[in-house]
Amino acid sequence: MTVHIPSALRSYTAQRGDIELDASTLADALAQLNDRFPGLRFRIVTEQDTVRPHIRLFVNEQQAFNLQTPLRRDDELYIVLALSGG
Amino acid sequence: MTATQTDKGAVTLLIGTRKGAFTLKSDASRRTWKLSAPAFLGHIIHHVVADPRDRRTVLMAASTGHLGPTIYRSTDRGKTWKEAAAPPAFRKAPEGEKGRSVGHVFWLTPCHANEPNVWYAGTSPQGLFRSEDGGATWTPFSYINDDPQYIEWMGSVQDGTPDGPKLHSIIVDPRDHKHLYFGMSGGGVHESTDGGKTFVPLIKGMETVEGFDASVATYHDPHCMRQCPSNPDRLYQQNHCGIYRIDRPSNEWVRIGKTMPKKVGDVGFPMVVHPRNADIAWVFPMDGGTVWPRVSPGGKPAAYVTRNGGKGWTRQDKGFPRSNAWGTVKRQAMTRDAHATVGLYVGTTQGEIWASRNDGASWACIARHLPEIYSVEAAAF
Repeated sequence: MTVHIPSALRSYTAQRGDIELDASTLADALAQLNDRFPGLRFRIVTEQDTVRPHIRLFVNEQQAFNLQTPLRRDDELYIVLALSGG
Repeated sequence: MTATQTDKGAVTLLIGTRKGAFTLKSDASRRTWKLSAPAFLGHIIHHVVADPRDRRTVLMAASTGHLGPTIYRSTDRGKTWKEAAAPPAFRKAPEGEKGRSVGHVFWLTPCHANEPNVWYAGTSPQGLFRSEDGGATWTPFSYINDDPQYIEWMGSVQDGTPDGPKLHSIIVDPRDHKHLYFGMSGGGVHESTDGGKTFVPLIKGMETVEGFDASVATYHDPHCMRQCPSNPDRLYQQNHCGIYRIDRPSNEWVRIGKTMPKKVGDVGFPMVVHPRNADIAWVFPMDGGTVWPRVSPGGKPAAYVTRNGGKGWTRQDKGFPRSNAWGTVKRQAMTRDAHATVGLYVGTTQGEIWASRNDGASWACIARHLPEIYSVEAAAF
């Protein structure tokens, strides 16, 4: 599967926009991302495992709210920054 | 009494703004200042603090409009930065319970030489955290983050300041690292004498908004509290409801702001104390009338100094605009250095830095056009 990293988080990924993973759930994908890019997960998800207020996660074209959302090998995960003021 | 040093030479101001961090570095005379390029441009920087123990470590409390909160750490006076491996985060709530999440880190306090590498952090919503490795990793400190009584005193988001309720003014007694204070907006002032095993409210004498029970910590809103380095038994506090002083072991705050001019009042955010004379302290009043404009009263910015522990106050406005200056000075945006003649520094919500190098007698604007300023700290490097 491919994770699309927004520009605000590319300081963690050495400016790479697309990351290939083999993850079974959204939680697994975020854990793998954090293993490879320490600190990245906490910028996206709170300590209570909820997606932060101005961030949205989409699996293919469906918004995912639950970290237990299953993922398949050909899925695309988009981390999207929502509007957050001026 | 405890001895405090007198600094000489250059001063570096560490400036946190709504859109990044900046430094202003002076020459040895503090007459000329050089502004840095922004660091972390676009990030919301609530506090940037240098470690006086080694004079090279600097911590920065950061978040962005989208991303979660973090702390950046420099060990070379801000030249390079590394993110904390484990930023402050509340305990994960058990299944079925509602846990809290750190919105942003608001306040950073380095401990003293007898506790190397130890720092405290205060967050929004109110939480207290500690690092024992110079800010690289953080853990919840003491029981207050999960204590039902403290959660009740912290109140809800609706009880806090517009961008979130805050734990601030974390103070470690230089004579005893187990003696701690902190303030909460809202939630009052609290003290521990056993290294954080227990805390108790220290709110006697503090007033509340009319109609609220002053015996309940929830209703108290200390804005900024400072301990006098030359006499740690004396603390000053700028509160939503006036200016206060306490002389320990007394447990009662005394409202010393009633000696301020009536048309100025004693409402404000910051509080600054003299490095070597516990009778001297400064405030920067704001308009707390009607709907609380929170700007300089009458559009005329001024510091006020007391030289007698609050028995009287003197206006210090030489150099500031004489009219139509409608800025706000937030609680972390006024500070001082420790020179023989004390340098005072004020950052405004309009992005200006004002400096005095003569104990507040006269002021000059040393930077303008910065983003909204959240914090200013002075480092001796």
